[in-house]
Amino acid sequence: MSCSRRELLKNACKGALAASLPLSAFKLLSPADARAAVGDPAIRWVFLIDIQKCVGCGFCVKACKQENEVPYDAPVTRTWVERYVVTKDGKSHIDTPMGGRDGFTSTKIYGEEIKPDEITKAFFVPKLCNQCENPACVQVCPVGATYQTDDGVVLVDRTWCIGCGYCIMACPYGVRFFHPIYKVAEKCTFCYHRITKGMKAACVQACPFGARQLGNLKDLNDPVAHTIMTERVGILKDEYGTKPQVFYIGLDERVR
Amino acid sequence: MKNHVWRPLIVALVGIALLLTARAVMVPKDFGVNGRSFTYGFYRKGNVDDWKNFKVKYRGKEYCVECHDDKVTENLASPHKVIECENCHGPAVDHPETPATLPVDRTRELCLRCHAHLAYPQSNRAKMPAISPDEHNPGIDCVECHNPHNPDLEAMQ
Repeated sequence: MSCSRRELLKNACKGALAASLPLSAFKLLSPADARAAVGDPAIRWVFLIDIQKCVGCGFCVKACKQENEVPYDAPVTRTWVERYVVTKDGKSHIDTPMGGRDGFTSTKIYGEEIKPDEITKAFFVPKLCNQCENPACVQVCPVGATYQTDDGVVLVDRTWCIGCGYCIMACPYGVRFFHPIYKVAEKCTFCYHRITKGMKAACVQACPFGARQLGNLKDLNDPVAHTIMTERVGILKDEYGTKPQVFYIGLDERVR
Repeated sequence: MKNHVWRPLIVALVGIALLLTARAVMVPKDFGVNGRSFTYGFYRKGNVDDWKNFKVKYRGKEYCVECHDDKVTENLASPHKVIECENCHGPAVDHPETPATLPVDRTRELCLRCHAHLAYPQSNRAKMPAISPDEHNPGIDCVECHNPHNPDLEAMQ
């Protein structure tokens, strides 16, 4: 039997490849298993916030509370805006009166007047649920009342929630709270009822300056996905390993 | 079979059978592992549709323009074109049916959300056309002089 050098090399390569394939690669997957393994291929909702663009008007908070029937005057909210003012003495002055619902109209922070020439940096940071890839709040639910949808949004089943509050304690970002009327855990849903109809989330629509944007990370033509993949973006509390899906442009280390 | 082992065992078995029957009846059929794993996807599938069917209240400028095209056209030619009508007029919900009229927020506080001057260098707030609320006509509503649909200072009455 003759064998050219070319044939020998080709067969050697094939042999090496075949040997490296584990037996499990030949296991037949059911379509459901295969789908579960890759996840829903079409959609992964993500959020992008540009801190420079936020002026602290609080229209997002106002719109969110009314859209999602969160009691307007109760001190709870699904999204909020924090103000960070860093002065020359190195101190951070941070406040969010009523979650920034009525905007920031005063230079005073907790009654303390801060003069412009004392400020080294100052900005507003909108916050909301990070819809984590590994949501700690979902892991701890003892009854299966909170879960992650196939497109990455974490929701709460109000008929199923027993109100134990584990998830509220588990969230490293403090985005969950107890709904004063329904008496169950409550959180931002990325306006699931709107985004699944092709609308913008209420806070995104209400923002006059485009500081808040919602996009689909799996759509390469999506401008939000494009920005997240090609520009310098930050996330909050990376060390918790929850893989948050709210990305910030211009994040500062003082923001926690 | 009448001994001290079997009798309590039967009671226990009947108890377990009752529990399983009750569970089968009471747990919805769509409850179970629906997502990527037990850890993150153990839930009632029908709840996803419950959330999708939640009522939309903020309808957007595209909805307002259907009837109020004169106001929207005026607004779209002004620097205030970036602001949604419902930010000041309140959510439309099913307007004009319910509510028939929208509660318009004409307060000074509403305007000050953006136009109270805050010199914050790392925020575009510092670049906003702004006033000092304590010095610029305190106590008077902005809409007394300024037209919110078109706040052009040249066109001011």
